[in-house]
Amino acid sequence: MGLWFWHGLRKGIQSTRYPRVMESAPGITPGRPLATEFASAEEASWAAANCPVGAIHANGRRAIVDLRTCVWCERCHFGAPNPLSWDTSYEWAGTPAGRSANPRMPAAFGRSLHVMVVDAGDCGACLHEVKQLNNPLYNMHRLGIFLTATPRAADILLVVGPVAENMRGPLLKTYEAMPDPKRVIAAGTCAITGGVFGRSFMSAGGVGAVLPVDLEIPGDPPPPLAILHGLLVAAGRRSPSPAQELVGEGV
Amino acid sequence: MTVTPSPAVNPQRYDIGSLTAAIERRFGPAVAPSLEDSNGDICFAVRQPDVLSALSHFLFWEARCAFGGLIVEERDQWNLRYVFRIPRSGWAHFILRVPLEMRSVPSISAQVHAADWYEREAEDLFGLDFEGHPRLGDFVLHDQVWQETLAPMRKEFDPRANFKKRPRKDWRPTLVVQDPGSFAMPVGPVYEGGVGESVHFLLETVGEDVIRALPRLFYNYRAVEKIAEGMPVCDALLLAERFSATSAFAHSLAFCQAVERALHVEVPPRALRLRVALAELERLRRHAGTVAGICKSTALSVSEAHASIIEEKLLRASCQFAGHRYLFGLNRPGGLRRDFDAAACAELLGAVDRASAELRELEERLRYSSSFLDRLEDVGVVSRESARDLDLAGPVGRASGLRNDLRQTCPYSGYEAYRFEVPREQEGDGYARLRVLFAEAQESARLIHQAIESLDPGEVGAEFKPTRAAAASGWVEAPIGAALHWVRLDREGRVERYRILSPSFRNWLGLHVAVEEFAFQDFPIILATFGLSATECDR
Repeated sequence: MGLWFWHGLRKGIQSTRYPRVMESAPGITPGRPLATEFASAEEASWAAANCPVGAIHANGRRAIVDLRTCVWCERCHFGAPNPLSWDTSYEWAGTPAGRSANPRMPAAFGRSLHVMVVDAGDCGACLHEVKQLNNPLYNMHRLGIFLTATPRAADILLVVGPVAENMRGPLLKTYEAMPDPKRVIAAGTCAITGGVFGRSFMSAGGVGAVLPVDLEIPGDPPPPLAILHGLLVAAGRRSPSPAQELVGEGV
Repeated sequence: MTVTPSPAVNPQRYDIGSLTAAIERRFGPAVAPSLEDSNGDICFAVRQPDVLSALSHFLFWEARCAFGGLIVEERDQWNLRYVFRIPRSGWAHFILRVPLEMRSVPSISAQVHAADWYEREAEDLFGLDFEGHPRLGDFVLHDQVWQETLAPMRKEFDPRANFKKRPRKDWRPTLVVQDPGSFAMPVGPVYEGGVGESVHFLLETVGEDVIRALPRLFYNYRAVEKIAEGMPVCDALLLAERFSATSAFAHSLAFCQAVERALHVEVPPRALRLRVALAELERLRRHAGTVAGICKSTALSVSEAHASIIEEKLLRASCQFAGHRYLFGLNRPGGLRRDFDAAACAELLGAVDRASAELRELEERLRYSSSFLDRLEDVGVVSRESARDLDLAGPVGRASGLRNDLRQTCPYSGYEAYRFEVPREQEGDGYARLRVLFAEAQESARLIHQAIESLDPGEVGAEFKPTRAAAASGWVEAPIGAALHWVRLDREGRVERYRILSPSFRNWLGLHVAVEEFAFQDFPIILATFGLSATECDR
């Protein structure tokens, strides 16, 4: 045991310094597509038609991206004759469009936030990225954010997946078991709009159809730092990404 | 279900030729080779339903074939495709066609235990009755949510239409253990702080020891096979990639291979090599994650931290190399969507070398940590016979001595040209599974080297145009085990039927063998050494 302790110490501190310093290690985020000005209207409408989920809208020579429906298939990026521009950001969490939700918990929760995660039909990727937050490289605990195993102790309900019908009951029960004040975060495109699964007899097409959502984190899957950004927004320690950025305008 | 001892038979080794001859000799006109709908797969037509049980008994016990799965299709007749894997020589499909108004077929799960869940699934989703099956109903469609009469996979059912649910309010789980004083401890579907996938377990116990742990799955069922119907191939590819995203590349590869085989698309050699490199990168990352899970389950947190750092670094390397941490958006029918330059390849090799060296170091340390080994040795033992009986997939099966690696037994994507070992162990306990994982991770690193170093310049994607109605299967050895995707396309290139036979489905069925009569505190460890994915099983 003592030896393991020594091996652990020898590795030194590897955690990111985010949010004090923006993290820039390569590979932490796949980036996101941005609204792009093309040379001609044809190119913009080609980009819109090429998107398999209809997340790109052409507006004259401009192509606008709706990140809430984008599934990161990268078809507008790799191999496209006129690729959209991409950035390498990750602070994507924003409030749902058209709703004046308040994603912030009261100030008393700023230094200690307990998160309940529910897998509501997730493909495994979003859930896996949430799990990475406990990885020493992200080490969410240092910020006073903890995953909790019981809804009674939870302040935040972090839902991944489009809400599969067999999970609707357990999800609602978890929400009802949480004390007020509480916030609901939908992480990942599936949790926001249903993603590739859409709305069907087996999928609610997003958490919003089942629960009031206070904060959305786009991404398929959102990288760990995007999820961390969302949690920091809920803790009131980071500001949300402006709503128009979620639909790719104004970037 | 306990595993019945094998009936007195003399197992023989067959190849495809001798198997065909033996089937003709034994079953005569009732089972005959069929060319209809075969498309490169070896197909037999089963003309009388009542030979099915004798046939499956012969295939499983005498010819030592493994049961690969059941594919049900509703056309002008019911097509029931029983897929078997002949040892070392590929797949054989046995197709039973019965009229649509006939709703009942004989069950084969008494002969082939691995068929148990496939029949339950088909009963739940198609409303077919499998005569002689001991436990039908309440499987994919949970009875506390859905009415038993619903058959959503029937062609007439519209998945996007509004639908009225009539749940059974009085539903209660079935308990197996009936001892006085016994009780069931429910776990899930929301547990482990939610970072565990949605599965429900009923741990039936009389106190300290758990006698039985039956998983209740399909909380994550999103009807992927149903909503894929009618989609163009490239849209269905998004589903193939995203139904189980921690093995996204493997499953998209299987789907693309099925489409390529159906439409006779030749994939350029450079794309084949890159596909191998990417598939092995995914396996390496996934195995590092499973190792991290095993370390976590034994509460050895420093080793968990090391393993999860290795995994995160591989995720970052994947993102840097391919643009996506989970390798989305790379495969397409006909090849890959993009090429990689030499600098990116060299950087990837560097990251892979670092990861494999760190994994080797971690393995050395774990080997000499007796407190860790105590938790794994003789825990969750699966005998070789049980593993074969339930056709356990991937590293779990190989830890019990099975030869089940498709890269070796039915090579695809040019695997026959690579030099690699398929590690196997005999003990079938938790430690054997861990050793297989570590050894496979090293082999994956070797394979990535071979694939990248032998890259020839050239195209990475052949032109792909749907031209004709066709059906075919594609298979891969996914990180969890053998996966078979079967696709039927119509003339416009739309998916008529899509079927995913996933390794997790088989390993979840097999889990009950490992979790019989165990101490309660071993449960998370057994679960972790199986490295299961609920979403891959649920679809």
